[in-house]
Amino acid sequence: MSLPRALTERREEILDAWIDRILGTYPPEAARFLRREKDPFRNPVGAGIARESRALYDALLAGASPEDLTPVLDGIVRIRAVQSFTPSEAVSFLVLLKDVVREILEEELGVRALRPFEARVDRAVLLAFDVYMACREQMYEIRARQARRETYTLLERVGMIPGFPEPGEECSESGDEERGTGR
Amino acid sequence: MAETVPSPAELAAVDYEKTPPKNWMDTPVEFRPGTWCYAAPVKHAEFLGLPHPHKWSPNEEDWGLPENWREIILEGMKERLEKYRSFRLFMEICVRCGACADKCHFFLGSADPKNMPVLRAELLRSVYKRYFTKAGRMLGRLAGARDLTVEVLKEWFYYFYQCTECRRCSLFCPYGIDTAEVTMIARELLCLVGITTGWVVEPVSNCLRMGNHLGVRPNTFKDNIDFAVEDLEEITGIRVEAPIDKRGAEVLLVVPSADYFANPHYFTLLGYLALLHEMDIDYTFSPYATEGGNFGLFLDKYVAKKLNAKIYEDAKRLKVKWILGAECGHMWRVLHQYMDTMNGPADFLETPVSPVTGTRFDYAKGTKTIHICEFTADLLRHGKLNLDKSRNDDYVVTFHDSCNPARGMGLFEEPRYVLRHVLNHFVEMPENTIREQTFCCGGGAGLGSDENMEARLRGGLPRANAVKYVHEKYGVNTLSCICAIDKAVLPPLLEYWVPGVAVAGIHEFVGNALIMKGEKERTRNLRGEPLPGKEDAGDV
Amino acid sequence: MNALVSFLLVVGLVLIAAAGTGAAGLQTLFGVVVPYVAILVFLLGFVRRIVIWARAPVPFRIPTTAGQQKALDFLPYQPLENPPGAGTTFLRMVLEVLCFRSLFRNTRAEMREGPRLVYASRKWLWLGGLVFHWAFLLIVLRHLRFFTEPVPGFAEALERVDGFFEVLLPELYVTDLAILVALTYLVLRRFLSPPVRYISQAADYFPLFLIVGVVLSGAYLRYLSRTDIVAVKALGMGLLSFHPDPAALRGVGAQFYVHLFLVCTLIAYFPFSKLMHLGGVFLSPTRNLANTNRLTRHVNPWNPPLKGRTFEDWMEDFKEEIAQAGYKLERD
Repeated sequence: MSLPRALTERREEILDAWIDRILGTYPPEAARFLRREKDPFRNPVGAGIARESRALYDALLAGASPEDLTPVLDGIVRIRAVQSFTPSEAVSFLVLLKDVVREILEEELGVRALRPFEARVDRAVLLAFDVYMACREQMYEIRARQARRETYTLLERVGMIPGFPEPGEECSESGDEERGTGR
Repeated sequence: MAETVPSPAELAAVDYEKTPPKNWMDTPVEFRPGTWCYAAPVKHAEFLGLPHPHKWSPNEEDWGLPENWREIILEGMKERLEKYRSFRLFMEICVRCGACADKCHFFLGSADPKNMPVLRAELLRSVYKRYFTKAGRMLGRLAGARDLTVEVLKEWFYYFYQCTECRRCSLFCPYGIDTAEVTMIARELLCLVGITTGWVVEPVSNCLRMGNHLGVRPNTFKDNIDFAVEDLEEITGIRVEAPIDKRGAEVLLVVPSADYFANPHYFTLLGYLALLHEMDIDYTFSPYATEGGNFGLFLDKYVAKKLNAKIYEDAKRLKVKWILGAECGHMWRVLHQYMDTMNGPADFLETPVSPVTGTRFDYAKGTKTIHICEFTADLLRHGKLNLDKSRNDDYVVTFHDSCNPARGMGLFEEPRYVLRHVLNHFVEMPENTIREQTFCCGGGAGLGSDENMEARLRGGLPRANAVKYVHEKYGVNTLSCICAIDKAVLPPLLEYWVPGVAVAGIHEFVGNALIMKGEKERTRNLRGEPLPGKEDAGDV
Repeated sequence: MNALVSFLLVVGLVLIAAAGTGAAGLQTLFGVVVPYVAILVFLLGFVRRIVIWARAPVPFRIPTTAGQQKALDFLPYQPLENPPGAGTTFLRMVLEVLCFRSLFRNTRAEMREGPRLVYASRKWLWLGGLVFHWAFLLIVLRHLRFFTEPVPGFAEALERVDGFFEVLLPELYVTDLAILVALTYLVLRRFLSPPVRYISQAADYFPLFLIVGVVLSGAYLRYLSRTDIVAVKALGMGLLSFHPDPAALRGVGAQFYVHLFLVCTLIAYFPFSKLMHLGGVFLSPTRNLANTNRLTRHVNPWNPPLKGRTFEDWMEDFKEEIAQAGYKLERD
């Protein structure tokens, strides 16, 4: 059997094992809850990871380009980036996929046959670091922006935020960000 | 060959099964940056006369506690056990059924078991048992008791400053055990040995000294209000009056200070100004009580009382008849559940009566204070407002129930009633995330600082997740709310989890839709953005 | 560890009673002294605890509001979720105490095929708790027949209803079955749910195992050993009339004393344990107060007097700014 076919046919088995292991990186008291509670609103972390890892698996299988892979990775990394994980722990969930795939398919296909897929996972790990860094950087930007929001009127009055445009003048772009356009 | 290759898990060298030791009592807390707030500056603690002001930092080994810190804490516990039936009861009747376990937004977002409300309370309860019950004294750990050590104290600080006092767990508890109550008392105990946070103590000190959390001085306050009047004039062409210190006015308007300082609160303020002008309400701001919010509640009840006292004090001096409270969450917890008890009776005021509709708000004849959403809903009910809903047509809005007006008051329908009248596109978030089951923004109770952003982002995940759902499904682009902390905390939260959704107060939409007598042709909304269909109009 | 200690403790209690009344022949101790002491401890302990709670002040009125407030008359309010007065608060408490309203609150959403959102309930804990407590209460009431002559009508009626299934299974009480099922659920939950196991202490396992012991020993007496009910009743009536019947003491076997001793332990342990939630639930200030905060003043008996900074201090500190703003700040 070819690797792509095996990965497709045993998708559910691989995904179940993989998701289980990702959730196993949380404290056991919480992991059980994360695994069992299917309500996406009562369990945003567990349900979110389950949903996104499925999408990620399919994207890896399809050999998605980095541009397409990034938003999918974002779904999981974004959560783990704010959960007191070290950077390596935060992206380690991809490595777990290699483990799972080996355990399930190695006997049948041999380790060599798995390499193309593992190479994709490796690339995804590297991308995941980028995503992780982007999330953390965004967090620091958000921190900085919060300070500006808190002193909004003051900044506006000293002219640091463009005020209302004078007649005939266009509404400034940079002002939109501070004003939170809602669109 | 293959045998010599380490497995990917080995390569990653990560401890995947991080099983903490069996018992939670043996898991010391780790102070990672991004999860805790800075300590309070000594000068502010001193100004407030707080016990043992000193310089310390949570990530340092030595917290500089006073020598007899344990006696101080235990004495403080004893005192509070005698003063609060709630505290004594909540220490004694928990059966650890676990109904609350998965109700806390911090637990849901962090997967940290000690964020389960039952365990959060147990951090304190274990010490209660050790020093105040016979079983605990004799049996120790077998009775769930443990010694009060520095590590325990550090754990208290970490987890009681990771509770937003939102009361969601108390809703599901069969005995009504309210973690907010436990957290408040735990923080009072920490305060006794000088363990407080800057983001709580500094606003409290500002408020006591200057009248508001942000430390806005009297002249700056007036400038800001005048500035808002000018902004509103630019948009509507109408110069409203916004009186401050007007003796004998009928109504005292109390707003959180963020309303005249921060974004997006400010646009809500513009909304109030437009509405009160249009209805010709004889009102005034107080120059002294320039803060409705009360961070004292997050520190110590007596401090809360002190800050709150200004409102009635100045209402008396200004000889107003009643008080109108603006959009703010914990401010309303205080105005509703604490103010009358702490600083009443307000026998110098009169039962609020709407001068426009004649409605007597008899349910507020004790505190003489009504919520602006109640006031506006009554106006709408009587058809007193001339509205153009289409001005809000660019907004697809959902409503976030703020914890305090929700679970400490029951203000659910009023804001929705107003929203439905002033805009066309309103959708609700999923049932178990709104109304009494609403999820906290993650920054209430003095956690809205920026150094703990990581903790806030995960604590707010359950809320953001529900917003994301309606954003993707119905194209919701604005999350409305009636809380100043929400308005500060939700924008960063949504920026991280659901980019493309803005945050706004209810009265911003009221101000947008309100057709004012004699107004110029409106081309911009209160944010200065073009109104729907007026994108090309420029600013004429 | 906590569970094991608790389990061994209950086994120990069983052995003490069996040995004490079997080999040692201490029927009077286990049949008379222990019950009297247990009841005394229970009564004194219970009253003491309630008095301590009742004497602790309720400084603030802090109901958890779970529904729309009663305010504007055109907005319908939810009196049982957010009671606006004493009557509705009473009803809220009735719902809470008799139906476990708060535990019933669990709803969850589920995504089914695409974006369709379905609401389901997670009510196992509610159901397990409710069945357990009601079955326990009914079983206690059913036991009245051992202490009363004539047996009150309601206790007899209860027994008839409870024995409804007698047609199918001779003499099986529905409540016995129900309490066993509910207890099994509650025990399994403590063991199998990781968060619940994590938070569980000996103080949680011990009463649970003790009650399991009480139920099992009671069931044994009724269904297997066929204890001499007449003797049991004679003993019960004797205890109640303070004239213990020596013949009855010898007329019941060691198995009966095991049951009685476990019950006595439970009763005596009650006031010092989490079981006091029975009394506490009535006093919980987040439930038993009406949301009338803005209507009537709630008085805090220890309301501290205001001290410190005054309006005048503020005026003095910000003289210049106040002048600049042009405030008059008149004060009578």
